[in-house]
Amino acid sequence: MNIHEYQAKALLKGFGAPVAAGVPVFSPDEAEAAARSLPGPLWVVKSQIHAGGRGKGRFKEASAGDKGGVRLARSVDEVASFAREMLGATLVTKQTGPAGKQVNRLYIEDGADIARELYCSLLVDRAVGRVAFVVSTEGGMDIETVAHDTPEKIVTVAIDPEAGVSAADVAAIVSALKLDGAAAKDAETLFPLLYKAFVDKDMSLLEINPLIVLKDGHLRVLDAKVSFDGNALFRHPDVEALRDLTEEDAKEIEAHKHDLAYVALSGNIGCMVNGAGLAMATMDIIKLYGAEPANFLDVGGGASREKVTAAFKIITADPAVKGILINIFGGIMKCDVIAEGVIAAVREVGLQVPLVVRLEGTNVALGKKIIAESGLDVIAADDLDDAARKIVAAVKGA
Amino acid sequence: MSILVNKDTKVIVQGLTGKTGTFHTEQALGYHGTQMVAGVTPGKGGSTWEGTLPDGSKATLPVFDTVAEAREKTGANASVVYVPPKAAGVSIIEAIDAEMPLIVTITEGIPVLDMVKVKARLDRSKSRLLGPNCPGVLTPGECKIGIMPGSIFRRGSVGIVSRSGTLTYEAVFQTTNEGLGQTTAVGIGGDPVKGTEFIDVLELFLADPETKSIVMIGEIGGSAEEAAAQFLKDEARRGRAKPMVGFIAGRTAPPGRTMGHAGAVISGGKGGAEDKIAAMEAAGIVVSPSPAQLGRTLAERLKA
Repeated sequence: MNIHEYQAKALLKGFGAPVAAGVPVFSPDEAEAAARSLPGPLWVVKSQIHAGGRGKGRFKEASAGDKGGVRLARSVDEVASFAREMLGATLVTKQTGPAGKQVNRLYIEDGADIARELYCSLLVDRAVGRVAFVVSTEGGMDIETVAHDTPEKIVTVAIDPEAGVSAADVAAIVSALKLDGAAAKDAETLFPLLYKAFVDKDMSLLEINPLIVLKDGHLRVLDAKVSFDGNALFRHPDVEALRDLTEEDAKEIEAHKHDLAYVALSGNIGCMVNGAGLAMATMDIIKLYGAEPANFLDVGGGASREKVTAAFKIITADPAVKGILINIFGGIMKCDVIAEGVIAAVREVGLQVPLVVRLEGTNVALGKKIIAESGLDVIAADDLDDAARKIVAAVKGA
Repeated sequence: MSILVNKDTKVIVQGLTGKTGTFHTEQALGYHGTQMVAGVTPGKGGSTWEGTLPDGSKATLPVFDTVAEAREKTGANASVVYVPPKAAGVSIIEAIDAEMPLIVTITEGIPVLDMVKVKARLDRSKSRLLGPNCPGVLTPGECKIGIMPGSIFRRGSVGIVSRSGTLTYEAVFQTTNEGLGQTTAVGIGGDPVKGTEFIDVLELFLADPETKSIVMIGEIGGSAEEAAAQFLKDEARRGRAKPMVGFIAGRTAPPGRTMGHAGAVISGGKGGAEDKIAAMEAAGIVVSPSPAQLGRTLAERLKA
């Protein structure tokens, strides 16, 4: 689960991190009032969307001007005028895709005198199974580019979960970031508290890009991106309350309610599969035969008739879907139970597009018989190759 | 021979008295008499679990409060964890502290930082952890731990290791249909922080004389497949190699999105399918573009 920059900064501030004063706003009037409440003479007007690359991004609408999604204002009037241009407009960044995202919130922040821009993130380093700091002197840039072009400029410091951030860990980070004076002193508190925030709130990513050294020599968190471990939200109702549903796909929200793993994609063949690996493999094989999947959908190992119906509704509600492939390997889950679930779903929801069903595993003969005798217009397939070929042919022929 | 489990493996069930634990324990007891010897549910020690096997016969197992007590009273050398995600981390640590040699965790959805704690404890122990978020391990005709469907297995010569449950079943089913059968199938699980990686299982398969060939199924996210490929290259230089077929799921997955499994995500430009496939092919693994061709590809590889 992702949150906005202003929410991330408020959260980090609560742990004692140095962040600039700022106010989230939803209207130009609020933006003006926010600007007046801050000291100036420099303000930053920042689009709040769940995507990176906002500074370099551009708005679709000409009325939003040709400046990016993060703007520097030198007067209260300029803050208000930027807010009028940006609010409601569609920001397209490297991470939003060509459709872009509508900007409904801005963050008005006090400007900063920047001496150096650094990079700092925390994540779970799966190779060692520990939380790790990833730091670089090359801040303010796309870290993937830095990793690709100059990997030696990225330093990883993994933290022992039982000892926490040690003096030696801080020293390693300070050395990697070439910090001295006040910044090196700030580091002694900043990095342990970032680690504490990460662990206490079950984050999956905490990215500060840039972390800046101010002209007065101190450190400040200039941008913050935070994602949380969805599996740990049960112990953080305060985090769950920060969720912005307007940033999420409506079909994914619906799927989440039914405990279905669903990811919307851009193709036209809807998929319903049991198991995440098989669901990915089903997408891959559709592509292999020349078409594109409309979604990833894992109904899980213990898919009930209700779950199959909910999944079927979500798939058929997508107007882009021109055909559906159901691929089930019945292990513990019996094929006849799945077949009955599929038939019930089709009867309830209706079927406007070709449907290919591939069943394999326990009670497969009975499952196939149930589908064949249902009288429904379902195309049966023998294996995954056969199923993919049939659905691609049906969609292309339509 | 087989790896990890055989007819002498004695298994206790953490979370036996729950619905999932009960169902899969009944299935395991019905699978060639897998030695399920006890259950552990805190607060229910001293009670007796009753189950109905797939053939309709009844079975009972003693329930203990702690893993240590269950291990001491039954001589169990393996534990399977069906405890719900909120409490599963603590249950795994209890099994580690009880020095259980093999711990198989089926539970999906354990907070990753709970697993970071487990991993730290595990690294200082002698226990081996499979999973979490895995289908378990099965040696045909001898022992079934976890949720794999026993009916698709056949005793044979292929070792199977996978990050995905249902893709494991595909590989098992196809190698059964080709008449090859399996020595052992091992699910290592779909989470980012787990107890056993590909390398650990590949080492066991290379050392097992009955395993003549190996199927390895990976997916996007992390770099365990690349590490495994490097391991296989190094071992081949020492003269240890077996014919292998592989598959990587998630070629079409978009970056930055978690695809069902918590560990299946391409992040920071890393963990994509193409890099993994290239690394595996460079290590001599025949990587099938289709998950429907695993068995056939292996049979052809063995004839060549």
